[in-house]
Amino acid sequence: MSAPVDLDARLQSFVGQSTGPATRGQDPVNQPMIRHWVEAMGDHNPVYVDDEAARAAGFSGVIAPPTMLQAWIMRGLRVSQEADEARASGRAPADAPNEQLMGLLDRAGFTSVVATNCDQHYERPLVLGDRLEATSTIDGVSTEKTTSLGVGHFITTRIDFRDQDGHLVATMRFRILKFKPGTGPAAPAERPKRPRPALTQDNAFFFEGAKQHKLLIQRCTACGTLRHPPRPSCAACRSFEWDAVEASGRGTLYSFVVNHYPQVPAFDYPLVVALVELDEGTRLVANVSGITPETAAIGMAVECGFEDFDDDLSLPVFHPATATTPGASTGTTDQTGTS
Amino acid sequence: MSAAPSTGFRTTTRTLAEIEVGEELPALALPLTRTLIVSTAIASRDYQDVHHDAALAVERGSKDIFMNILSTNGLVGRYVTDWAGPGAVLTDVNIRLGAPNYPDDTMTLTGTVTARDEAADARGRGAVEVAVRGANGLGDHVTGTVRLLLPAGGGR
Repeated sequence: MSAPVDLDARLQSFVGQSTGPATRGQDPVNQPMIRHWVEAMGDHNPVYVDDEAARAAGFSGVIAPPTMLQAWIMRGLRVSQEADEARASGRAPADAPNEQLMGLLDRAGFTSVVATNCDQHYERPLVLGDRLEATSTIDGVSTEKTTSLGVGHFITTRIDFRDQDGHLVATMRFRILKFKPGTGPAAPAERPKRPRPALTQDNAFFFEGAKQHKLLIQRCTACGTLRHPPRPSCAACRSFEWDAVEASGRGTLYSFVVNHYPQVPAFDYPLVVALVELDEGTRLVANVSGITPETAAIGMAVECGFEDFDDDLSLPVFHPATATTPGASTGTTDQTGTS
Repeated sequence: MSAAPSTGFRTTTRTLAEIEVGEELPALALPLTRTLIVSTAIASRDYQDVHHDAALAVERGSKDIFMNILSTNGLVGRYVTDWAGPGAVLTDVNIRLGAPNYPDDTMTLTGTVTARDEAADARGRGAVEVAVRGANGLGDHVTGTVRLLLPAGGGR
């Protein structure tokens, strides 16, 4: 085991090194390549294809989509294939500094790679006829970092784009993480647990019932009124005496929201959160399964199932009612619903 | 057959005077078709097989082909200029990458204006910063910041 200090020193020696000779764009900024790009992207901005519109918008003529920057220096299919063939047949040229850096990290066990950031800064819009040349420099190598993927080093490469007059027109910083596979704090399969409900003297019975896969409704023992969410006294008769009855599990989707943000890793998104009106008359907020934002419809019949999220948490989860049970025991309940 | 459906591209350019910090851009839900993933990869001259050959992508440990980074850049830029209009001048597109964009998913782009600067440059243009998020079924594909120059506009 070589001391990490050693590795760090060697990694730092790459910072500031050029990764090789300048890359010249094979073609000047041109209309056909722009057209392919905007069609593929579904971009209808006329300044990329219509000279008159570009001038009306304040440009000197048609401009290239700014984010197309890197496309102008991509080496294309033929050169990529030739490089692959050369590598396969062992005729690869001597490693450039960036390849040496990758090799050093590979041998130290940091064999996996993932791109993490791409920052582009544009000095001016590119116009038809511009000829680009790019030089690439290793801008930074981090010390060993602990990330959600594993321990690794971030490598930032800076690419400077210059035009035919040698003027800087854009800069791009591209960051990757070279990491040791399997060293993340938790395998992605192990999801964080769901947040716990805040248990109180009043609501504990509901969650205890859920553990036994029973959907319970609080009932006033003085007047028989059902209520949810649980609370100490009956809104109808003010009595503090209560017990619980098991619900049929049938109801309708009274309302719902789709939670997009913030995302909590314990849940699946898009997250449909339902307000279900039970046939007994009370309403509860609950999870759903088999109901997506596209298929959720207010008034749809739903049935209660249960999901055991972990050893300590089971919750009702409503799915679309399978068998149509028309008018299933709407009963005579005429309850005060929830707030 | 268009790869990515457009949603109401603006034909007039927004001015800084019309924009408040906190303004939300209209969401754009992009169906991640194979056509989109392949056509954008090729339009960016990225011929890596993981962006167009599903069998080879699987062989390399991916569950399917996936979108390349240049295309993510392109879609983030397009999302903001769709909202800002043809006279917008992008100066920065900074993105952080997350969950891959696989086919048959949808990426929904959302954005919020996070800063505005009345006198950003010598030509009297103002600058706006927009925080962008592109989420697919796996989580955030991209989060980032886009800066652009816009005419100052009158009335203020």
